[in-house]
Order: sequence, then structure tokens, then C-alpha cells
Amino acid sequence: MSVPAIAIRKLVKRFGETTVLQDIDLEIPEGKVSCLIGPSGSGKSTLLRCLAFLEEATSGMITINGEALGFFEDANGRRERLPANQIRAVRTKTGMVFQQFNLWPHMTALGNVSEALKLVRKVPKAEAEERAMVQLRKVGLENRAGHYPSQLSGGQQQRVAIARALALEPKIMLFDEPTSALDPELTGEVLNVMRDLASEGMTMVVVTHEIGFAASVGQQISFLDHGRLLFSGPPAEIFAKPRHPRLEQFLDTYLDRGASMLA
Amino acid sequence: MTPKLFTLLLEAALSTLGISLVSIAIGFVIAMLLSAALLSGKSIYILPARLFISFFRGVPLLVQLLLIYTLLPVIGINVPGIVAAIVGLSLCTAAYQAENLRGGFASVPPGLIEAADVAGFTGAQTFIRIRAPIALRLTFPALVNEAIMILKSSSLVSVVGIIEITKMAQDLASSTYQPIPIFASAALIYFVINSAIALLGRYAERSLKGASA
Ligand SMILES: Nc1ncnc2c1ncn2[C@@H]1O[C@H](COP(=O)(O)OP(=O)(O)O)[C@@H](O)[C@H]1O
Ligand SMILES: [Mg+2]
Repeated sequence: MSVPAIAIRKLVKRFGETTVLQDIDLEIPEGKVSCLIGPSGSGKSTLLRCLAFLEEATSGMITINGEALGFFEDANGRRERLPANQIRAVRTKTGMVFQQFNLWPHMTALGNVSEALKLVRKVPKAEAEERAMVQLRKVGLENRAGHYPSQLSGGQQQRVAIARALALEPKIMLFDEPTSALDPELTGEVLNVMRDLASEGMTMVVVTHEIGFAASVGQQISFLDHGRLLFSGPPAEIFAKPRHPRLEQFLDTYLDRGASMLA
Repeated sequence: MTPKLFTLLLEAALSTLGISLVSIAIGFVIAMLLSAALLSGKSIYILPARLFISFFRGVPLLVQLLLIYTLLPVIGINVPGIVAAIVGLSLCTAAYQAENLRGGFASVPPGLIEAADVAGFTGAQTFIRIRAPIALRLTFPALVNEAIMILKSSSLVSVVGIIEITKMAQDLASSTYQPIPIFASAALIYFVINSAIALLGRYAERSLKGASA
């Protein structure tokens, strides 16, 4: 078997006394869409943030394409922080899309998408903007390039945020509930962009309450509950009856139109 | 009140305006450096920045100016009055501007900084391209206010030998025995300059708003 896009080994995350993630072992396959589902507060965002190195795990190890992210842990549990440039290099393999979009309000859509190319990758301005336009076209927003975030709908802002992440050509895209801040009628345009991305073979990790999306696009579903990974597998297996009582309870709460077919 | 006298006042107004604007600009740069220090998370930067801000907000500007003017020659640095004036006003306004900016920096949504972080920005790049411009937009009205305050406070630089509007008005009043028209003219000049600053500020604020949330 090939190296997984992401391997998570015995990951533990505590905030002070509270254990938020407990012994997570999970492999994210390359070129597939992995969905992370679970009740609110179960630790989904924290896990994704560990993958983006926005949070540092308390123990355990994450590798991305076989390279350790942030820390190296040997068999005896001895842990060592990797040098900053190495951390930076591994982090460039992932792109992140946030629930709240987090577009920079003082830059246009084009500015948001081209900024890191210019500033971090040192791409000349004209080329950076050309490459940013390619990404905006991809999410269907080339005609909004000069708009500021405040002039865009939530769905458009999230598509710009996706373009911003894609501009840096990540190997893996991380999404944290990308549609949950949107009005229901705007979720479709974002999910469609994500479907397109999936069909191009992008490795994606998606935290989502859109059970319909998870069931139809997800190729691996992982169910997190109280900081533990209760199970992980293909949708057919996860949603097959009889279900784990915690999952049954979760589905009762979050069942949407798309998931009604699973009931 | 002859046109000759009014011209003298206007010339003095140029000193006031020049010294104030240069001090505000220098003070702004220092205030940003102080903000960066306060946000660094390292106490070797934070503590001196805090001390600086408390000192220059806590000691009267008049005393600061006199101190700079008399202290520097003692330690072997001879400065012309204009330099002492600009140094004094700059350091003072830097402290106030840093204090204004603090609220703005605190209001920058953390998610915007995280977005820069995952895109590979260094801390300095995030400060310059994300945090500072957003904090500035949020606190811009307070900055305009501070510019007006400094312009008015600049009357104090006469103590280091600068002839600005107020000093010129005093001199002219005592030499011509026409204090009322002269002081009224001085007041008018201050009023016009500060109204112009307020107006420009509002215009700039609107165009900044147009370019953000
Ligand atoms: N920075 C933090 N400090 C303390 N507790 C936190 C922090 N971030 C998250 N938590 C806690 O961790 C738990 C999991 O949070 P989160 O990962 O956001 O869950 P989910 O995304 O599944 O809703 C929650 O109980 C939350 O309160
Ligand atoms: Mg969450």
C-alpha cells in the first residue's frame, strides 16, 4: 500500500486539564475525500487544526506524505520539536478553509488569493495575479476579482477562501465546516466547488454536518465522539444498520434532506 | 491688524503645521513598533514598550520638552530647538497612538491571523500586511483626533525656542498693543487647520471603509 496522505498516530490533545482528543489513530488516503463527523464539541475542529499545525498536539505524531509535522516522536515516546523551516515546508502541503471564511477584509478577492503567492512564494505581482485569476475562475468568481469581501455573499466569500488555499497548490485541502456559516440556499455553490475538487482527485479532509455530502462524496467517514475516534470506514459500512448507538443518536440530530435516504 | 501681521502669523502657522505633521508621522511609526513589541509575547519587548507608553502618557508634554532640551546637551548631544521639539512631540504622540492602536489590534479577529499563518506568512509579514492595516482602519478616527490634539499641543514647543503660532501671537500682541485681533487671528488659523484635518480624516475614513467590511 502507498504512503497515506496523512497518518495520525496516538494523537492526544489537552487544553490544560481537559482532554479534547484521546489516542486518535487515523490514516487519510491520498486522492480521496475523508469526512469527519460527530457531535458539537467532539473535537473535530481541534483535530483538523492539529493537521494544519494551528494547534500543537500534546503527544502523538502526525505525518504528511510520510514527513513528520511539527514533532518527531520515536518508539519510546521521546518527542522532539522539528526546526522551524522544516515545519514550514511540511505545512505548505496543506491548505485550510475555515468555517468563518477568514478573508482579509482590506483586500479584494484577487488580493486575498494572490497575497501569499507574492509575499510568501515571492512570485512577481503580475504572475501571482494571473495565477490567482485562474483559481478565481475555477470557483466561478473571475468577475468578482475586484470586490472586497464585504461586497460578496457568504457563499462567494467561501469560494474565494477556497481559491486562496488552492493558489498555494497544496497536496491536501482541509475544510472545517465550510458551509455551516452559510444560509441554506448558499451551501450548494460551495459544495459544488468541493465536488469538482474531489473529482479532480484532490485529497480532502472535510469536517461537516452535511451528512448528505459526506454520504455521497465522502470515501472515508470517521466518527468522532467525546474526543475519541469511534470508527472510520467507507460510507456504506458506517451508515449500514445496525449502527452504533452514539452514531444513531448523532444522525437523529443532524439528519438533513440529503441524509434522509439513509434513515 | 495689518496684512503684514497676519502674514507673520501665517508663517508661524507653517512651523506649527510642519512640526506637528512630522511628529505625527514619526510618532505613528514608533507607535507601530511599540504595538509590535506589545504583541510579540516576549517580555523583553513588552516591558520596555509598556514603560515607554506609561512614561510619555504620564509626564506633561511641557516637562518632556524641557527635559529633552536641557538634558541632551548635558550628556553631550547639542540639539537645535526644532529637533528637541520634534523629538518631544513624536515620543509623546507615539505613546498615545500606541494606546489607541492597542484596542484596534485586540479587535483583529484571530481567524484572519490564522489564515495568514496557514498560508505561510511569517510573524512580521502578518503584522505588516494583516494586523496593522486592520487595526489602523479600526482606530482611524482616534488617530485623527490625536493629530488634532498634537497640533494644539504644539504651542508648547515655544519653550524650546520655536516661534510657532501661539508664540508669534504673544510677541506681536505685546509689540503692537493689539492683542484682541491678533489672538483672534491665531484662533482662526488653528480652527481652519484643524477643521481641514478633521475633514480630510473623514474623507480618508470613508474611502478606507469602502475598501473593507
Ligand atoms: N483553545 C481552547 N481552549 C480550551 N478548550 C478548547 C479550545 N478549543 C477547543 N476547546 C474545547 O475542546 C472541545 C472540542 O472542541 P472542537 O474541536 O471545537 O469541537 P467540534 O469542532 O467537534 O465542535 C470542546 O469542549 C471545546 O470547548
Ligand atoms: Mg468545530
